[in-house]
Amino acid sequence: MVTSLRPKPGPPRSYHFPDFNDQILPSGIRLVTAPVVKLPVVTVLVIVDAGSTNDPAGKEGVAALTAGTLLEGSQRFDGAELAEKFEQLGTSVESGADWDSAFIKITVLSDQLEEATKLLGEAISSPVFPEREVERAKAERLAEILQLETEPRGLADEKFSEFLYTQESRYSKPDEGSTESVSALSRKDVEEFYRSRYRSGSTTVIMTGDVSTDEARRLVTRAFEQWALGSAPNRPLTAAPRTTRKSIHIVDKPEASQSELRAGHVGLPRKHPDFFPTLVMNAVLGGLFGSRINLNLREAHGYTYGASSFYDWRRGPGPFVVSTAVQSEVTAPALREILLEIDRIRAERISDEELSLARDYLDGVFPIRYETTAAIASALATLVIYDLPADYYESYRKNIRGVSADAVLKAARSHLHPDELQTIVVGDARVIRDSVSDLGVGDLHVHSS
Amino acid sequence: MGLHGGQFTTMRIPVETFHLDNGLFVTLSEDHTAPIVAVNLWYHVGSANEKAGRTGFAHLFEHMLFQGSAHVGSNEHFELIQRAGGTLNGSTWLERTNYFETVPSNELALALWLEADRMGELLPAMTQEKLDTQRDVVKNERRWSVDNQPYGTMLEKMQELVFPPSHPFQHSLIGSMEDLSAASLDDIAQFFATYYTPDNAVLSIAGDFDSIEARRLATEYFGPIPRGKEAPSLPSMNLPPVFGNRLREVVPDNVSLPRLFMAFRSPVFGSEKYYAASVASAVLGMRKGSRLHRTLVRERQIAADAGAFTFDLAKGTDLLVVDVTARPETSVTRLEDEVEREIDLIYREGVAEPEVKRAIALIETDLVASLQSAGERADRLSMFATYFKRPELINEQADRYRSVTTESVNDLISERFGEDNRASLLYVPREGVESESILAAAVGAD
Repeated sequence: MVTSLRPKPGPPRSYHFPDFNDQILPSGIRLVTAPVVKLPVVTVLVIVDAGSTNDPAGKEGVAALTAGTLLEGSQRFDGAELAEKFEQLGTSVESGADWDSAFIKITVLSDQLEEATKLLGEAISSPVFPEREVERAKAERLAEILQLETEPRGLADEKFSEFLYTQESRYSKPDEGSTESVSALSRKDVEEFYRSRYRSGSTTVIMTGDVSTDEARRLVTRAFEQWALGSAPNRPLTAAPRTTRKSIHIVDKPEASQSELRAGHVGLPRKHPDFFPTLVMNAVLGGLFGSRINLNLREAHGYTYGASSFYDWRRGPGPFVVSTAVQSEVTAPALREILLEIDRIRAERISDEELSLARDYLDGVFPIRYETTAAIASALATLVIYDLPADYYESYRKNIRGVSADAVLKAARSHLHPDELQTIVVGDARVIRDSVSDLGVGDLHVHSS
Repeated sequence: MGLHGGQFTTMRIPVETFHLDNGLFVTLSEDHTAPIVAVNLWYHVGSANEKAGRTGFAHLFEHMLFQGSAHVGSNEHFELIQRAGGTLNGSTWLERTNYFETVPSNELALALWLEADRMGELLPAMTQEKLDTQRDVVKNERRWSVDNQPYGTMLEKMQELVFPPSHPFQHSLIGSMEDLSAASLDDIAQFFATYYTPDNAVLSIAGDFDSIEARRLATEYFGPIPRGKEAPSLPSMNLPPVFGNRLREVVPDNVSLPRLFMAFRSPVFGSEKYYAASVASAVLGMRKGSRLHRTLVRERQIAADAGAFTFDLAKGTDLLVVDVTARPETSVTRLEDEVEREIDLIYREGVAEPEVKRAIALIETDLVASLQSAGERADRLSMFATYFKRPELINEQADRYRSVTTESVNDLISERFGEDNRASLLYVPREGVESESILAAAVGAD
């Protein structure tokens, strides 16, 4: 039969995050290149400091709408022609905006790189935002919002943000805007947002894969000849919590077979000195399959298909959240277990076993994360967007290995706040209401959906 | 060391194969770009092999494979791989179940040993308690991904609509709550003995390893596992090329927007004509320049989204599915009429050369981009080895797509897009169903 002797690991082979070059072109555009020759493929990722936190008040969604309609018509081609031209080259452009940045991305075979980059530069340097396409994109966003009404996972995420942050915070509203804000947006808003923010000093082009730095520089310089100069300051961001009193909100879904559950509070900004201890702490709490929350809720109790916790890292303090979906009848016991786990990790030092599992995983999995040109480009974008040091990836594994059990305990005590916990349940209020109100999770509010 | 010789036409993934005496088919593909290696096992068993009254069993069984084996504790498989810095999972499909991990290359032996231990000696670790817990986990998976998710019942409703009763692809993959409750430890033992045998599996290793060492490890760990008693063969899966009449089902559901899935029987995965069907599906629904997106989303603005895909079934018949979600102001009738009209048009007039070129170009890029990942390479090697005993087909895909012509796509369309080969599964918001005459129309459609 199979040998009972567990194999020991061999000597590890060294790994380095791909070498990259970081330069500012004469136009002011930042160019980051990582030549990686494995397959004949290149990813071009353009990031612009034009994310959703730069939406003016009342115009929530304009950043997403701008990025989303950027490829819907240029001075030379209409939207359908642009889609056709890129796709004939075997690529298609993904564009959008998240909280911190707008992005435009293509992955293309290297023999089409020159033409695709040229077309991309031209298209996004001279967008015309046709009225018809802007209105269509708005209508599609409104359809998406309508879909959320019957999609418990997305609805729970959205309601969680809404109840977590003060109404003045951009984070309290959906990043792509609400029905009210999107309906009010016009073509003029989009054009204005584009003109003020899509500028050389706010733009980084990242090229990874089968392309040299010299070639990338030549291609980008030419493709972005018409790109506007200058830069735009970021809007100040408020990320204060809506309340520091514990509370629980039930969004009623009569007859729902499961409760979508979110519990958490305002977390930390990405560039925080406790980033590494907090990352390891969260891995033990709910970041891994073998984390406390998942083993407890899924493997010990069978309450759920999966349960996890995470810090949503943004420039400002994004949420810390525990997220799961449980059978309606066990909503209260599941929530109780989550609260117990948050208390427990703050009460005592994690075991050596747990510490090594989290550290070894985060350390060991590092090379597996950067197998593709798209993943490498995205890692480089993180450096740029969060202004991380150039040796961030080179020192990442050392930083992970340096986290001690004491540091984890300190992170848990400093950055988990059970007394301020906000809980959102999208589920059948009739079934869950009485049992969850006995848990001491704060004032109960029931909302009809 | 790179995988290509400078240009795409010469790109080749190295492929080595061998068999162990117990029938285990092993494929190897070296690439030393990064110190990582993927281990991937396909068992040639899926929901199609389930017996009556045990729907969902193949998938429940997949969960049990993470509950320990003779020398591995419950959930220890997960822990050991993650501790090693690896990623892992498993998945179940109609005709296969796969298990996979990507680990730092110095941990190859661990991944192979863990897979061998559960292939060789699962049963000593099985208990009623573990089965009961995983049954609850799977029931929650069903609630999460099927019952409490808009359009979540699509797969099982589609299988029921398009396959005749008693066809192995006809029943639910995740299974009914009732059948999941009925599964017993005896079922586990029997299923394991029948299907989880080396001669019913393929092991693929891709990435940074030494070929001689990998052969030695595979032989040492998997070699002692006895050959199985030959899994019972599936009943005939063959079906006529077309349904023979219109099929239509309306599903009033807790959804906000009507959505139409229209399926066509299409040539099985890997066959000559499959590639034409796959290209036809991309012409129709891959990305913004596709026919359905251009006409229904962009021009007429009646749809919020439009796409198309193939199931990639390798036995009996494949399915090509068109998937269109209505805009809020579009009536159910209009959604159905407009999609029908587009399909009629394509059926009558065919598609044009540039549309075919566009589709093939997109497919090629996706193909190359996906092969960057060791896990993907290993999974595809296992797939081609399991279905066709030819893992080297991984290197022929680009050529097979490139040799698809407009004529072959149009031949496929005239063969398969007629009215006698359309099955519509139409989701409509539960509220407001009465105000539409849609259900009455459903009765009249057969």
